[in-house]
Amino acid sequence: MTLLLEIRDLHVQALGEEGEWQEIVHGVSLELRPSEVLGLIGESGAGKSTLGLAALGYARRGVRLVRGSIRLHGEELLGAPYERLRQIRGHRVTYVAQSAAAAFNPAYRIEDQCIEAAVEHGILSEAEARAEARRLFARLRLPDPERFGQRYPHQVSGGQLQRAMTVMAMVPRPDLVVFDEPTTALDVTTQIEVLAAIKTAIESERLAAIYITHDLALVVQIAHRILVLKDGREVEAGPTATILEHPREAYTRALIQVRRRFRPERPRPEGAPLLEVRGVEAAYGALRVLADVNLALWRGRTVAVVGESGSGKTTLARVITGLLPPRRGEVRLDGRSLALSYRQRHRDELRRIQLVYQMPDVALNPRQTVEEIIGRPLTFYFGLRGAERRRRVEQLLESVELPPGFADRYPRELSGGQKQRVAIARALAAEPEVMICDEVTSALDVQVAEAVLRLLLDLQERTGIAYLYITHDLATVKAIADEIVVMLQGRVVESGPKSEVLRPPHHPYTATLLASVPEMEMGWLDRILTERGLPDAGSPSPASAAASGT
Amino acid sequence: MHPILALVLRRLALGALSLWAVSLLIFAGTEILPGDVAEAMLGQSATPEAVAAIRRELGLDRPAWERYLDWLVGLLQGDLGTSYANRMPVAELVGERLANTLFLAGVAAAVAVPLAVGLGIAAVRWRESVLDRLLSAMTLSAISMPEFFIGYALIYLFAVTWPLAPPIATVYPGMDLAARLKVVVLPVAALALVTVAHMMRMTRAAILNVMESPYIETAELKGLARSRIVLRHALPNALSPIINVIVINLAYLVVGVVVVEVVFVYPGLGQLMVDAVAKRDVPLVQACGMIFAATYILLNLTADVLAILTNPRLLHPR
Amino acid sequence: MTHRMPWSARLGLALTLLFVLLALVGPWLAPYDEAAVVGDVWEPFSAAYPLGTDQLGRDMLSRMLYGARRTIGIALAATCLSFALGTTLGYLAATLGGWVDAVLSRLVDTLMSIPTLIFALVVLAVLPPSVTVLILVMAVLDSTRVFRLARAVAMDVVVLEFVEAARLRGESLGWIVLREIGPNTLPPLLAEFGLRFCFAILFLSSLSFLGLGIQPPAADWGGMVRDNANAIAFGLPHPLVPAAAIALLTVAVNLVVDWQLRRATAGRGG
Repeated sequence: MTLLLEIRDLHVQALGEEGEWQEIVHGVSLELRPSEVLGLIGESGAGKSTLGLAALGYARRGVRLVRGSIRLHGEELLGAPYERLRQIRGHRVTYVAQSAAAAFNPAYRIEDQCIEAAVEHGILSEAEARAEARRLFARLRLPDPERFGQRYPHQVSGGQLQRAMTVMAMVPRPDLVVFDEPTTALDVTTQIEVLAAIKTAIESERLAAIYITHDLALVVQIAHRILVLKDGREVEAGPTATILEHPREAYTRALIQVRRRFRPERPRPEGAPLLEVRGVEAAYGALRVLADVNLALWRGRTVAVVGESGSGKTTLARVITGLLPPRRGEVRLDGRSLALSYRQRHRDELRRIQLVYQMPDVALNPRQTVEEIIGRPLTFYFGLRGAERRRRVEQLLESVELPPGFADRYPRELSGGQKQRVAIARALAAEPEVMICDEVTSALDVQVAEAVLRLLLDLQERTGIAYLYITHDLATVKAIADEIVVMLQGRVVESGPKSEVLRPPHHPYTATLLASVPEMEMGWLDRILTERGLPDAGSPSPASAAASGT
Repeated sequence: MHPILALVLRRLALGALSLWAVSLLIFAGTEILPGDVAEAMLGQSATPEAVAAIRRELGLDRPAWERYLDWLVGLLQGDLGTSYANRMPVAELVGERLANTLFLAGVAAAVAVPLAVGLGIAAVRWRESVLDRLLSAMTLSAISMPEFFIGYALIYLFAVTWPLAPPIATVYPGMDLAARLKVVVLPVAALALVTVAHMMRMTRAAILNVMESPYIETAELKGLARSRIVLRHALPNALSPIINVIVINLAYLVVGVVVVEVVFVYPGLGQLMVDAVAKRDVPLVQACGMIFAATYILLNLTADVLAILTNPRLLHPR
Repeated sequence: MTHRMPWSARLGLALTLLFVLLALVGPWLAPYDEAAVVGDVWEPFSAAYPLGTDQLGRDMLSRMLYGARRTIGIALAATCLSFALGTTLGYLAATLGGWVDAVLSRLVDTLMSIPTLIFALVVLAVLPPSVTVLILVMAVLDSTRVFRLARAVAMDVVVLEFVEAARLRGESLGWIVLREIGPNTLPPLLAEFGLRFCFAILFLSSLSFLGLGIQPPAADWGGMVRDNANAIAFGLPHPLVPAAAIALLTVAVNLVVDWQLRRATAGRGG
């Protein structure tokens, strides 16, 4: 069969901070046949998006395609005149961006934007294009396809907008669509619906596609072949089944292994719980975000709080730490009721509960050295100073597996994973009994996240600290929790020991949540869709419709 | 009620509120601060008896809040009080001066706005070019210079060295439009120069900001023509910030006009206010201050209302 | 810090430093006293009077040197005072929030809804013209701008998690403002200091030019423009000398500020 797209030895440069050009893609090659889906997988900085955009002969501001070759139907795009590229973009090759909310122009109706490229390129008349857009709205299971497009982008939900963007890419009947992390910004349950809709659309329209993501389990569901990238270089490439079952490279193997970790559940220890949340109701102004939430955490154990965005799980952390005093209910530590606001809590009570945040970039003061960051709680709570404090800081760095020399560094000199370790060390410095981990691994690349999880487990073994682990990711929950609390719209819908919650029968929402975690096997998506009785895919399930408020 | 209407009404009410707050502030500024008008007016010859007499004559012996209420009620009825200096109704003194100032500022705006927006768009279209850099350097210098320097430099060059325009902008009642325009060439040039510089820099920044949006990239990846991207996709979204820039700079004109009027001895409200301050003619100063502040507030109000009216999120609520 | 500085910023920095130096040592360099009548009215530039003489026959160069100290000194004092006031209140408003923030913000909004020059004219109609009054009026009016910026920048930092972490540790307000927020808001405020200083120079000069600032016979640049304004009609460039000095100083400071601002925005983009 003839090649649709062939990229050979592509080198790309980007403008560095000091204004000099640095190579970010070092000679990557790929090829694509008609009706074939290629998965591009890699962590941040791997050069996936750059490569995807190169398929349209496009480079962002501050990026330039230096040498190599990009051929579409045998025609060279690298160095082609702008007017020629313009004829190809939005016509032969189209693009679906990660954040549809930002990629739609707020000033125009959705349908007008969906048909613009087809009409401007003279592919379809306006009437034909509208008919085609509505047909595709229906195909992607958007509600009321005849009138959906009359709305403005801010009037529909994120999942719907992402599907509308797919329609926008398909109306001009392109040969190739580039999907750039189309589901990353969405909630887990919505993510699966959108993925399913995209998959059906690609198959029924016999499209060729490049599907870019950092999530191997996702791309496995949709791609025929996979190209693994790291730091702008190819790690390995091959048919999906081969990559999954016989990976050649250690890096690929690590990517596959990531989600298969599982720590057995430990029983509750004797006695009263260490931390208890009783009948908490909380609100921001008139908006109630928590209702009758109960939770108990025992010494040395891990309770995972699971839910999608808007479920109130972070609010729960704010209530426990006293940042958001609840309207009703109480928080008890070691049998004693805590003041509702952190301002009224005793210094020692503050010390015993520590919080670690999702974004290590903003959790560390950029103007302080690591020594000052970790040392401050030592001075503040224990009066440690000078050499004594320095020694303890180095010990703490060691316990989070960082070299002692890091004490003199500033956060900007550290990688994301290292920053998160420093944040954990700062929490440990207070010698807490409870550590609240708020999505601590979701901003990190898969492997780094994995290592941080392992560190947390080790620390628990060594120090007997208790974790309240907040996350939207069930794979992580399976890996580390002893007990699970499932939250939906500010309420606890199910809770108990891990084995019970994960074993049927489930609460319907827990079931949806569980079914939405892609598993690292081909055909998982198809199986799930069949189980849900949706041969055509993509209809929102009742629970997620309630959760996302659509 | 449509939410937009509610928002606009709210903004209008807020405008009225801030006008009232400003009246309070201006009155307080001349009343509460230490310093006695009567003593200041009499200067060296201030005997206690003379001061007391003047205070009585001007009504300064009454409590401040009473005088404020009188003043405010007067303002609302168009009565601006009586000048201390020549005992004439302030409204009469202000009337023609205000018209002259509005004429000067209006002509300057008519020149400056199209020029600044045009140059701003050009600077974005040919971004980082020689034109862009040249404009950037020139406008940076222009906004750094005092108006009187620009004013006198213009007089020195175009009225004295090459006598192309009159150095002094004398206007009088009954003067025809052509003659008026001819006389104000240099003051308009001085005002426009500074305003254009500010406005052009801000217009450039506003459009550039929109051009960085992801939806502009979407438009580029649709293979649309450059002109369509700028006119259909960028401009409608840049409209609100550009309107804002224009109005902010018109408000700036209001202040710039004071110094420029003094440089060119132009019989406007700014000149009148400066003279009144020197003579410590408090009612006249208060009236001029209120007029300038009200113009300023009104312009900012217009900017906000226009911003509400051009925002698609507000025009098409969920 | 200074590497990769473009030539425009270097020039601006050099000129600014030169002006500051002149302000410091100017009066010792001056050939005559600022008030001494030494020659005829409006004598041309010559070896004896490098910048000519003014409308009373005083040496322009000497008056320029004395004026440098007065103009730059008062502007600097006013800027420092306005920064002390504006940043303190701005940080407090951002950190404490609630009614403190609401009251301060409304007050500043109202003050800012009157153009600065106009409000200055209103209060100068009753206040006695003295250097202290000038500095105070300028500082108070200008501190509204500083407050707005300091509050906005601090607001951006206050919501960051490291500040929340400090609060949860039980740190005092002083620690949070001085150690957590302060150092992270410095760069934008530094650029603003340059801008506000320029504004203070222009503002002071404008007031003096209008006859409401520094009172004669003390020399200052804005007043010298006013004193010599009539010379223009005779084709003499005398008023342009002090006016040009003001323009040169403010352009120089702005060149440095512009570079700082560009650096700040370039750092943020990615």
